[in-house]
Amino acid sequence: MSDIEDKLYTVKYSPDEVSHLQPVQECCRVCQSKICTVICPAKVYEWDENNNKLIVNYENCLECGACRIACESSSLGWKYPKGNKGVTFKQG
Amino acid sequence: MTKEENKVDVIVVGGGPAGISCAVTIARAGKQVVLIERGKFCGSKNVFGGAIYAQPTREIFPDFEKTAPIERKTVEHKYALLGKEDSTVISYKKKTEDPVSYSVIRGKFDRWMAEEAAKEGVVLVEETVVRDLIIKDGCVIGVKTELEEYYCDIVVLADGVNSLLAKQIGLRGDLRPEDVALSVKEVIKLPQEVINERFHVSSDEGCIYEIFGGPMLGMLGLGFMYTNNDSVSIGLGITLSELIEKGLRPYELLDEMKRHPEIAPLIKDGELVEYSAHLIPEGGFKKVPVLFGAGVMVCGDAAMFVNNLHWEGTNLAMISGKLAGETAIIALGKGDYSETALSKYQQELEDSFIMKDLRTYQHLMSGIGQRASEFLGYYPQKINSFFEMFTSVDSVPKRKKYRDFIKEFFTERPLSELFKDICSGVKLLWSILIK
Repeated sequence: MSDIEDKLYTVKYSPDEVSHLQPVQECCRVCQSKICTVICPAKVYEWDENNNKLIVNYENCLECGACRIACESSSLGWKYPKGNKGVTFKQG
Repeated sequence: MTKEENKVDVIVVGGGPAGISCAVTIARAGKQVVLIERGKFCGSKNVFGGAIYAQPTREIFPDFEKTAPIERKTVEHKYALLGKEDSTVISYKKKTEDPVSYSVIRGKFDRWMAEEAAKEGVVLVEETVVRDLIIKDGCVIGVKTELEEYYCDIVVLADGVNSLLAKQIGLRGDLRPEDVALSVKEVIKLPQEVINERFHVSSDEGCIYEIFGGPMLGMLGLGFMYTNNDSVSIGLGITLSELIEKGLRPYELLDEMKRHPEIAPLIKDGELVEYSAHLIPEGGFKKVPVLFGAGVMVCGDAAMFVNNLHWEGTNLAMISGKLAGETAIIALGKGDYSETALSKYQQELEDSFIMKDLRTYQHLMSGIGQRASEFLGYYPQKINSFFEMFTSVDSVPKRKKYRDFIKEFFTERPLSELFKDICSGVKLLWSILIK
C-alpha cells in the first residue's frame, strides 16, 4: 500500500519561489491542536519541535483550502499560487 | 492601458462547469465575454468523483456526446455498505443508449468544454489569478489580476468552493469546517479488459460505487468509485469538522477503504497514476451566499450549489452558470447592471430545480450529522448483521434468530436512543417530503 509520499509523487507541480501559505508563527506556537498537521491531505505542515515553528512544504500543496478553514485561530495566510504555478491535475 | 481598451461586457472568473456554461451562453448572444482561469488549462485545478450528467450538459453543449472526451456511460449504480469485514451491496443496473451520466476526467473534459466555448467567441485567459474585484460606487466594475486590471459591466464569480472573491466583497462569510467535506481521490490504472471483467461491463459501459461505512462508519462521510476507460477513480469525502474532531488523516482512511475485502479485489495490481484532493461544499441551502449584487453574480460551487445526497454538483454548476449568463444578456440589453436588474438571477434560480432541491434537503446534513454515529454507524452495521444472521446455517431455529435480532434493538442501547432515532428519522422525512 502506497504511503503519502508515494501518492504525492504522482502529482505534477510547478512550485513558486515563495510560499502561497503564510502561517503566523506566533499563533502556531500557542495553537493546541496544530490541526493543519493532521488534516492536510498533502502533509504540507509539520511541527518542528526543536525550532518551535511550523514547517510549510508548500510545494506539495493540492490547493484544496482545508487548512485555511480548519485553522483554529483563523490566522493562516492562504491565497492561490500564481497563475502558472502550483498543482496541475491531469486526472481530476 | 486605459479603462476603455481593457473593457468587455462580462468577465467570468473560473473555468469550471459553471464559468464555462455562463461564458458560452453570453458569447452565443453576441456579447464580449472573457473567461479567466488560474490553472495552466481549464480543468487543471478541478477535481470531482466523477461523472457528468447527460441532460444538463446537453443544455449547454447539445451535441457533446459526439465529440467530448467521455470515458464510459454509466449503466450500473452500486450502493455498498461496508462493515468491518463484511458488506452488503445493492445494485441498480440498466443497459441503455441514453444514460443519465458519463464518467469523465476533468483535465480532459473541462478543457474540451473551454475549447468549444472559445470556438463560439469566449476569450479564454488561462494561467491568470484574479486577486481582487474593482468596485466603484458600490458596483463591481472589473477585476484585478497579478498583471493588470480588466473592466466590464458584469463580473460572474465561478471561482469554486473557496471563492475568496465572494468573501472579499461580503457576499458570503467564511466557510466553517462543518460546511465542507474534504475529499481525497486516487486514479488507479488498470487494463480496460480487467476493468470490464471485474465490474461486469463492456468497454463503453461504466459502473459507479457509492460506498458507506468501512473506515467512515459513524461519520458524515461517503466513498466513491468510478470506472474510466483504463483506470478507476476511487476516493472518499468526509466532513472537515469530523476529521478535525477525531484527528484523522484523510488519505489513511482512503487506504483503509482500499484494503476492505469488498473493494481490494476491484483495484488489485492497479498502478496509482494520480492522487488529488478537493473540498466539496456541503453547507446546502442554509449556507448559500448572497447570490448577486450590483454588477456581480455568484454560481456553481462558489454559491454552495451541491446536492450531496444525489451526488450532484456539476449539473447545478452548469445550470446556474447558464441562468447567470441569461440574466447578464438581459441586463446588457437594457444597460442596467444594478442589484435590482441582476436579482432576476435569484428569481430564475428559485424557479429552477436548483433552489427547490437545496430547500428540500436543507435539514438533511444537520439532521444526519446530529445522529451520525446512529444513522451512519449503528444502523448500517445492523443491515450487515441482519444478512449475517439470515444467511447463517447453524442448527438454531429461525424464529429464535429473528427474535434475538429484533430484541437487540431494545437491549443494546437505552430505549431513549431508539426513540430519538425514530423521531429524527420522521422529522427528516417530513422535512424532505412535506415542508
